[in-house]
Amino acid sequence: MNSGIDLQGTFVQSLSDFGISTELAKILWMPFPMLLMLIGATVGVLVNVWLERKISAAVQQRIGPEFAGPLGVLQPVADGLKLVFKEDILPAKADPFLFTMGPILVVMPVFLSYLIVPFGQNLVITNINTGIFLWIALSSIVPIGLLMAGYASNNKYSLIGGLRAAAQSISYEIPLALSVLAIVLMSNSLSTIDIVEQQSGYGILSWNVWRQPIGFVIFWISALAECERLPFDLPEAEEELVAGYQTEYSGMKFALFYVGSYVNLVLSALMVAILYLGGWSSPIPIELLSNLAGVDPTSSWLQVVGASLGIAMTILKAYFLVFLAILTRWTVPRVRIDQLLNLGWKFLLPIALANLLITAALKLAFPTAFGG
Amino acid sequence: MQIAEGVQLVTFAILSILLVGAALGVVLFANIVYSAFLLGGVFISMAGIYILLNADFVSAAQILVYVGAVNVLILFAIMLVNKREDFKPLKNGWIRQGSTAVVCGGLFALLSAVSIVTPWSISTVSPLASSVVPIAKHFFTDFLLPFELASILLLMSMVGAIILARRDFLPDNLGATSTQDSLTLPERPRELAGK
Repeated sequence: MNSGIDLQGTFVQSLSDFGISTELAKILWMPFPMLLMLIGATVGVLVNVWLERKISAAVQQRIGPEFAGPLGVLQPVADGLKLVFKEDILPAKADPFLFTMGPILVVMPVFLSYLIVPFGQNLVITNINTGIFLWIALSSIVPIGLLMAGYASNNKYSLIGGLRAAAQSISYEIPLALSVLAIVLMSNSLSTIDIVEQQSGYGILSWNVWRQPIGFVIFWISALAECERLPFDLPEAEEELVAGYQTEYSGMKFALFYVGSYVNLVLSALMVAILYLGGWSSPIPIELLSNLAGVDPTSSWLQVVGASLGIAMTILKAYFLVFLAILTRWTVPRVRIDQLLNLGWKFLLPIALANLLITAALKLAFPTAFGG
Repeated sequence: MQIAEGVQLVTFAILSILLVGAALGVVLFANIVYSAFLLGGVFISMAGIYILLNADFVSAAQILVYVGAVNVLILFAIMLVNKREDFKPLKNGWIRQGSTAVVCGGLFALLSAVSIVTPWSISTVSPLASSVVPIAKHFFTDFLLPFELASILLLMSMVGAIILARRDFLPDNLGATSTQDSLTLPERPRELAGK
């Protein structure tokens, strides 16, 4: 089958035609996806902040931001500019080096994880074989940054917040990884492209959410806990800990934490969309529609339509999940720390293990339906 | 292929400098928290070197296990204990430091001599597209016994950790329990499971 649009191939080919060596053309191509990733993630954060403000306002029967731009869409930009102009404060007796490194270590792995998010057959920055495993590995670096920030602030609230954040993220990483493992078992691959391909056969009916309903719920709960979203925002519980590990931060360092948490939320929503909701494939497969309409599936305009539909579908699914997360945040109260750890270790972990075993058994029993 | 090789060489140089620098920092810093954070740097640089060797799965596992679990646990231990103690400078402390440096330098010279003299056989086989499947095949065929032994070891340490963590000490009436057998630790009577 035709693999669709290959932007990198076209770019390298056209530069080679100008007499530039293929190696150099590949190097010249490299900044584009990186820049696109940074811009995409940042715009995603801005949209997310606006949605958070608007939806929380709707939940509480307010109007929300209204004056900055139409419907207040420029409000997040104003927030960001405010943070840029704020004074950067270093608390007394804080550790200046670790205090600066903390937010950087929190943000970098999250942005790096966007490497493996596919928006189409070739619309991914790197299709590496350890795709989804790389995401889990990278997200395990974040607690070190949080501990660093909490320790370096020279503040007891910060330290408790950092310790809580690290405890929470290492406990919920295990059910998260186990539910991903069940998916990997069904798709026979760790690559995000293969995982989406495996569920693209029959449109909405072949999505993993129907075959992995328990895994879907476990993954979503664990992802919310990893992102420190309410009901799991104990590390920054404002009634108990002021603001947790970000208490002493201001200006751009605070903004890095803020951006990091929202980028992480969008990333988790994208991962749910890829693992369970069919990624870029639309509810009704586009090949079926083109066959019905009698259009040649290799024609170039159909490829363009398909690619844009794929990007739109991925973003639509992800933002539907972000909407659910925001609604949860403004509806559900915060859990206590013992409830959080009990839920993680005594409930989610055994169920995730059982889910993995059942998936393995079903794969042996029904190889056609569960990816043989 | 000149550009690719150049990039590889530069990356290797940067990673090696980072690795050696961070490892020296782990040993030489007096502040234990710096040492623990630099240990994370050592592990990440090693993961980078694994990527250069086309072992992508091993490098991701390195980050997941060593940075995400081991290093975080070390940091936890350090931060929860949080013992502030000023160490008195030892008399003739330079003898210990000097002899440590001599021993380490000797070991380093020996190992580097061995690694330079040994005729390493460099594999010319092009790297596999995916290293996951060969690793799994080895785990379930010729490396099955070490794999299972390692898992049993981990299970034993986990059971031990649970038993240590579930023990409730009674620090306030230690004197009253002196009639107990001297080998058992004073504990609060444990509730039976399921009450």
